[in-house]
Amino acid sequence: MRVSLTINGRTRDVEVQPSQTLLDVLRDTLGIFDVKEGCGEGVCGACTVLLDGRPVSSCLVLAPTAARRAITTVRGLERDGELHPLQQAFLRHGAVQCGFCTPGMLLTGLAFLERHPGADREALRHALEGNLCRCTGYAKILDALEAYARESRDG
Amino acid sequence: MADGVKLERDLRIVGRPVIRHDARDKVAAATAYAGDWAMPGMLHGVVLRAPYPSARIRSIDTTRAAAMPGVATVMTAKDVPHNTLWTDVPGQTTQVGPLRARLHVLAENRIRHQGEPVALVAAETEEQAREAAEAVVVDYEALPGVFDPVAALEPGAPAVHEEGNLLAHWRVARGDVTAGFARADVVVEGEYRTQFVDAAYLEPESGVAWIDSGGVITIRLSTQVIEHFRDVAEVLNVPQNRVRVIGTYLGGGFGGKEDVTVEVYLGLLAWETKRPVKMVWTRQESLLARAKRHPYRLWYRTGALRTGEIVAQQIELLGDSGGYAYLSALVLLYSTVTAAGPYRVPAVSVDARVAYTNNPPTSAMRGFGAMQVVFGYESQMDRVARALGLSPLEIRRVNALRRGDALPCGQVIETHVALPELIDRAWSALGDPTPPQAPHVKVGRGIACNLQPYGRIVWLHDWSSAWVGFEMDGSLVVRSGVPDVGGGQASSLCQIAAEVLGVPLERVSVHIADSALTPLAGTTTASRQLYMSGNAVLKASRELRAQLLDAAARILDVDAAALEMAENAVQTAGGRALTLVDLLRGCARMGVPRSHLGVYHAPAGEPVDLETGSGKVFPDYTFGAHAAEVEVDTQTGAVKVLKFTAAHDVGRAINPQSVEGQIQGGAVQGLGYALLEEIVLEDGINLTTSFASYLIPGATDVPDVEPLVVESGEGLGPFGARGIGEPPIGPPAAAVANAIEDATGARVTQLPITPERIARLLGLL
Repeated sequence: MRVSLTINGRTRDVEVQPSQTLLDVLRDTLGIFDVKEGCGEGVCGACTVLLDGRPVSSCLVLAPTAARRAITTVRGLERDGELHPLQQAFLRHGAVQCGFCTPGMLLTGLAFLERHPGADREALRHALEGNLCRCTGYAKILDALEAYARESRDG
Repeated sequence: MADGVKLERDLRIVGRPVIRHDARDKVAAATAYAGDWAMPGMLHGVVLRAPYPSARIRSIDTTRAAAMPGVATVMTAKDVPHNTLWTDVPGQTTQVGPLRARLHVLAENRIRHQGEPVALVAAETEEQAREAAEAVVVDYEALPGVFDPVAALEPGAPAVHEEGNLLAHWRVARGDVTAGFARADVVVEGEYRTQFVDAAYLEPESGVAWIDSGGVITIRLSTQVIEHFRDVAEVLNVPQNRVRVIGTYLGGGFGGKEDVTVEVYLGLLAWETKRPVKMVWTRQESLLARAKRHPYRLWYRTGALRTGEIVAQQIELLGDSGGYAYLSALVLLYSTVTAAGPYRVPAVSVDARVAYTNNPPTSAMRGFGAMQVVFGYESQMDRVARALGLSPLEIRRVNALRRGDALPCGQVIETHVALPELIDRAWSALGDPTPPQAPHVKVGRGIACNLQPYGRIVWLHDWSSAWVGFEMDGSLVVRSGVPDVGGGQASSLCQIAAEVLGVPLERVSVHIADSALTPLAGTTTASRQLYMSGNAVLKASRELRAQLLDAAARILDVDAAALEMAENAVQTAGGRALTLVDLLRGCARMGVPRSHLGVYHAPAGEPVDLETGSGKVFPDYTFGAHAAEVEVDTQTGAVKVLKFTAAHDVGRAINPQSVEGQIQGGAVQGLGYALLEEIVLEDGINLTTSFASYLIPGATDVPDVEPLVVESGEGLGPFGARGIGEPPIGPPAAAVANAIEDATGARVTQLPITPERIARLLGLL
């Protein structure tokens, strides 16, 4: 079947199998490799994308159900070739090691802070529960999210 | 060293928390990991794996599978030119004799563990390849197996390999142990058990292979060891210069990508089909089939005087190698050397064995045998302290190794040991005690120390090479075979080159991990890359600086000793004398090379007889002390780590932010080992092949680890750095167990520390 997917503001018509996951279509059909696959069963969060602003594990979403909804990947965070302030905060705070969880962390953290701009460190910790990281021990990711939240609040 | 001191005074880039070039790519999702790669006409490869832990293959019929839609090839053992794979010490060219271990690329007639590879399929789509693999008919005869190393060593146990189930046996005997126990005021015995765990990097094993120009089989994959190109060549029976491995930035390694993963299968499938082939293992496959960390049984008997001074120790270790040897003999050697911990023990015997079973194979994982024993020796330290009424800090201070002391194997520690400082820093950073939140909640504190070798065993004659050179516009290029697992391996090399050659970090570009195009740097394992490749880059950069300054001196007609390279120029005391670009043009005119290949050889030594304690095994060690504050719910057995501090003497932090990241991440992996992680097996069948059942720590499972970086400047690496990749994973399990005893009086002796185990210890079950 043909579906129309809007990815980072650009709409594309894609031939998909009804049983295909959004993750498979993004990576294998469209070559959008900024979405990672870590477990394929909705546990690790590496394949997180935003669907209408809400984080979902794209390995658990059937591609046809994403039609006509706004799909955001990390590439959609940049503005005019500039990194998003949260991406810059990740850099400054050393929140990246192997980087495989980073796209999911960025999207989950950003979506949460958009809805809860006043979130403290403990709230952020809970927000990351569905995104596994094997390298950092989470502290520097939380440092970056906290710093970004503070900067956003202070304007 | 004089040069090091001089440089140190004005360090501009080394020692600063610079932003890593790879991190910039990673936040933008611009890094092309091994799986983020596709080629025109690419096939998809899958591995068919055995469902039985112990079986004989009567026959394999691939007829139906080969005829299925989209299938390009189905390969079994008979199609592999050379089906034997030797796990030598990866990346080394030095033969290590009995440490060589054999396995088959594809099973011939015997299955020794569940998940053993039996056949390969390549097809147009991954789905077609999986369907065809399921259509391969394998006639198995299930055989009795053995699933416990103690049972495996009993007479009459099913033989996993013809030569018997005892794979390796190391012994150390130092001093008179009997006399030592006789003069001890207290003798404490303990038996401990650790579990199978998985590296559980988020990026599964993956890669793409193709035949490049000149018929070179080219494999782009996620690996800690690009030198496995030699294994691929051996299996395909082609010259080694016809195989090229391109290592990608890894989505984590932790030792799990040290042995071969997909490269041999990809090489076979690309060679057979003459088409590009991609292979990505699923998480389930990775958890099922990849080598794990060895589970150990540890028996300790420790004798001490009233003062706390340890006078004798008797240690027995038994590890489970699973169905194949892989690196088990070496892992066991690390355990043997470090079994008494970072302490002076005048009389000690170690008897360490590792046995084959029909469990999943075990091999390298962060800590590499120096980890399991920490749970043993650090539990013992607390029990001895308790028996003598001493504090856990005091007993460690009394026995801490010092420069000039010898390990049980006879190796004399030649560098500063900062253990007392590390203990004090870790303990005091815990701050004020947390009051219990309810009457049934107990809070306690524990400490644990460790030592971890960095760099390879000295008789492996380890070396690393790196090329450093300027382009004509003054930009700098570093070429190194180093695989970057995410710890900042490549970025640190850039810092070192930029520092020595006086250019800003942004002017440096680094090319890594290509067996055909970058000088070989050896493996990213054994906490060795900053030490080895850092020294190679330092050496290359210093040589290059010397030859450039010599040229500058000729151009300027001054003494080279009066010149320095800084800020993209040659400087004299009077200021800027020659721009870098002018100098490089001058070099071109005079025929002076603008590059240098540096080779660093680690201090080498002859193999030692461990038993007689004859000397040096590793170049040096990194020491650490971790402290935990835990809360134990005495109604449910639940343990929560409230605070965790981790102190290490890293010698010199090249990038302090990366060092902190290694410490925090390693400690959290150690907390996963302590509290959550276990590959659960039932007669060799893995029951934990998903992240829903194999639990690694999530953000809410662990506290923020406070990293405490001590810089003694005493390491053998560049600018006095020590390795810090592995050390932080060692102490957490013992620190948590010691804190639990402090809180409840209950002694944990088995990992992971589940609520059920605590409930049993507290008499709730």
